[in-house]
Amino acid sequence: MKILVLISKVPDTTAKISFTENNTKFNTEGVQFILNPYDEWYALVRGIELKEANGGSVTVLNVGRADNDPIIRKALAIGADDAVRIDTDDLDALNVAKQIAAYAKDQNYDIILCGKETIDYNGSQVGGMVAQLLGLPYVSLATKLDLNGDTATLERDIQGGSEVIEVKLPFVASAAKGMAEARIPNMRGIMAARTKPLNVVQPVDAANATEVVEYSLPPSKQGCKFIDPDNVEELVELLHTEAKVI
Amino acid sequence: METKETNKEALKGGEFLIKESSSDNVFIPEEFNEEQKMIADTCRDFLEQNVLNRLDEIDSMQNPELMPKLLEQAGELGLLGISIPEEYGGFGKDFVTGMLSTEVLGAGHSFAVAFAAHTGIGTLPILYYGTKEQKEKYIPKLATGEWKASYCLTEPNAGSDANSGKTKAVLSEDGKHYILNGQKMWITNAGFADVFTVFAKIDDDENLSAFIVEKDFGGITLNPEEKKMGIKGSSTRQVFFNNTPVPVENLLGKRQEGFKIALHILNVGRIKLGGAALGGAKEAITHSVVYANEREQFGRPISKYGAIKYKLAQQAILSYATESATYRCSQDVENAINAYVESGMSKEEATIKGIADYAVEAAIIKVDASETLDYVVDEAVQIYGGMGYSAESPVERAYRDSRINRIFEGTNEINRMLIVDMLLKKAMKGELDLMGPAQAVAKELMSIPEFGSNDGDEFEKARKMIKNFKKAILMIAGAAAQKLMMQLAKEQEILMNLADMAIQTYVAESLLLRVEKLAKIKGKENILEQIAMMNVFIYDASDIINKAGKDALAAFAEGDELRMMLMGLKRFTKHEPFNAKAARRVVADKLISENRYCF
Ligand SMILES: Cc1cc2nc3c(=O)[nH]c(=O)nc-3n(C[C@H](O)[C@H](O)[C@H](O)COP(=O)(O)OP(=O)(O)OC[C@H]3O[C@@H](n4cnc5c(N)ncnc54)[C@H](O)[C@@H]3O)c2cc1C
Repeated sequence: MKILVLISKVPDTTAKISFTENNTKFNTEGVQFILNPYDEWYALVRGIELKEANGGSVTVLNVGRADNDPIIRKALAIGADDAVRIDTDDLDALNVAKQIAAYAKDQNYDIILCGKETIDYNGSQVGGMVAQLLGLPYVSLATKLDLNGDTATLERDIQGGSEVIEVKLPFVASAAKGMAEARIPNMRGIMAARTKPLNVVQPVDAANATEVVEYSLPPSKQGCKFIDPDNVEELVELLHTEAKVI
Repeated sequence: METKETNKEALKGGEFLIKESSSDNVFIPEEFNEEQKMIADTCRDFLEQNVLNRLDEIDSMQNPELMPKLLEQAGELGLLGISIPEEYGGFGKDFVTGMLSTEVLGAGHSFAVAFAAHTGIGTLPILYYGTKEQKEKYIPKLATGEWKASYCLTEPNAGSDANSGKTKAVLSEDGKHYILNGQKMWITNAGFADVFTVFAKIDDDENLSAFIVEKDFGGITLNPEEKKMGIKGSSTRQVFFNNTPVPVENLLGKRQEGFKIALHILNVGRIKLGGAALGGAKEAITHSVVYANEREQFGRPISKYGAIKYKLAQQAILSYATESATYRCSQDVENAINAYVESGMSKEEATIKGIADYAVEAAIIKVDASETLDYVVDEAVQIYGGMGYSAESPVERAYRDSRINRIFEGTNEINRMLIVDMLLKKAMKGELDLMGPAQAVAKELMSIPEFGSNDGDEFEKARKMIKNFKKAILMIAGAAAQKLMMQLAKEQEILMNLADMAIQTYVAESLLLRVEKLAKIKGKENILEQIAMMNVFIYDASDIINKAGKDALAAFAEGDELRMMLMGLKRFTKHEPFNAKAARRVVADKLISENRYCF
């Protein structure tokens, strides 16, 4: 069983967000980065559990520069066997997916897992694109993943209930909350991470298909205004002129 | 090879008083490597997932299985074996890494105490002094948490005066067992410990011996849990030994070596307490700043008010300074251990010696860190106002839990006396030349003061001030020793003054060296807050040292001699006018904008 888990680096949720270069670049100065929680808690841990139950290996793959190595080694500390980093940056989702697909196409992975989204851009695109580029089936937002020989059973939340899907290996899936329980890297894992292979590979030629024109911050939270229940007119007036919602 | 270089340059214990250090030779927390950071993250994740979310449950003591279970969970992650050699089931990490884990877990309230007692005073006596057989039998189980440990030194009538304990051990007729009888008090982890290191006197020995006692040896009973002011979830009970048979092979170290063992283990405990207190302080600062940013009065968040900014800044400045000293000393200890190992000593012996070399600094850190934490939690309650007095706020618990740190691992009074006592003993043994420099300072007093230039950057200025702090100590300690001779030991007030001066000086210097090194790495313009912290701390230290020095001098000198030394003291603690308010605001504003302890 060969499992590939796609991982990415995201700003810590407490990071202060600001922009540079005329609001076209995210300012990384002083920002702490972490392994994307959906990748770490669900995709990676479920991958490791499947390996522990069925044998095989878990490879983690990240597209990025050497300053991503700490989060890659965290994935190794949690229990991945080896890692691949495709050495490039500033890519859009399609370009990232092309890099991943170019690497993965000859590797015969049985399962490719990623998180349902990253907590910074919330794009939810890469998994589906990788599946498309590799010509594999894709199950998004899976909350459960079980294996039975060469068939996998996945569960996903849908409006008002859940859906159970069967898919033959190989396939791509994105993991949502519920697929596994987060694991804290233990001392043995942390020490082993140092000696596990981290292979740096060169990117393939591919262009971005999209371009960021501008970033802006959400408007800062306004205080709460209380209006007397007898004053419905004032309420309507304010909702119209100040909040501009009606 | 690099470590060897630093070794040669590094100061020996106590030498900070008479020599200068270079910032190139200190370790600063900004230099933790990736693995150390990952270990710290694991400790933090463990706390958040298992401890911080059930503090009430832990403190209620309703479930006696909970604390041992938490220790086992920490053990599963390997956190109990970080500093234990790999051959005994641990991970063989260096002293600094061990300190870092102690710091992070130090934010864990009662759990932090149980953890520190198990991995520190519980495990280390066996690890450092045990025979191969003893270590093989106990250490792997302690490293995983399968067995829990506690340390039984204190008795109802033997606290600070630990060697006066009455617990007795008598060899059985067949010579196979020591029969143990006595009563121990205030024993952390007693409620669930499987292994006790017990200090007792064999027959009518003058000094204690140490024994490894298993819970199941028989004749061991416990009193109910003590009702404590804080760390309520930490098990603290009296332990009674009633004809407990201890196999002779469980004597730890040599007969009568127990008191020495106890003191050495306390040295480790003291410096580690620095780390643990630091972890608690950082957590309380984060609570303080988050609350100050949220709470509004008179139409604005209270963090906008100068009185609150002062508190936030001061909390951070003291903690950052304590941290600088704690890790500077930790690396010095690590270097000393490595040097002893290289010279052919066993790792255990090298560790004991390496730590003992820095016993003065360890006592300084113990006092400084516990008092820093008490300041931090006290102001945290104040920042919370009425809510700080509510048992539902996190700082109420922090306030109660902090207080024990000034009492155990040697009270702060005992540690203050030890600081001066150890320095003077080192001088008498010829290990530390205090008298030469003290005489040089005395001579300097007679000459026309050399005011020198006020040039140089903030680091140069800070260095000059700290050099003068050392002169102040040498002048007063030298004169007091000469004048009072053996009487000095009985003039405890003077000892306290001298200890305060030494503490301020060591911590101020550690802070200077750290900020200076950081400036080399990051550039001065990027560490304005740290430079502000350094300037405020040293400015305050000069007044603290001046006051302590005045009190001390007037207590033993008089007439012209007193006047001359007071003038010298004034010269040595002089500082230029300094806008401390503005500097504190720089620190506070950073905390407020980051909304957490961020240095
Ligand atoms: C929660 C808790 C956990 C503990 N855990 C452990 C443990 O696991 N194992 C263990 O062995 N012990 C433990 N202790 C005991 C602790 O180490 C002692 O309480 C401490 O050493 C002080 O001793 P004492 O309480 O007898 O105070 P005392 O020695 O009676 O001191 C009372 C006061 O007198 C001062 N004083 C004492 N002697 C002098 C002197 N010569 N000159 C000037 N002032 C002096 C002290 O500084 C203090 O202010 C624990 C205590 C507590 C409260």
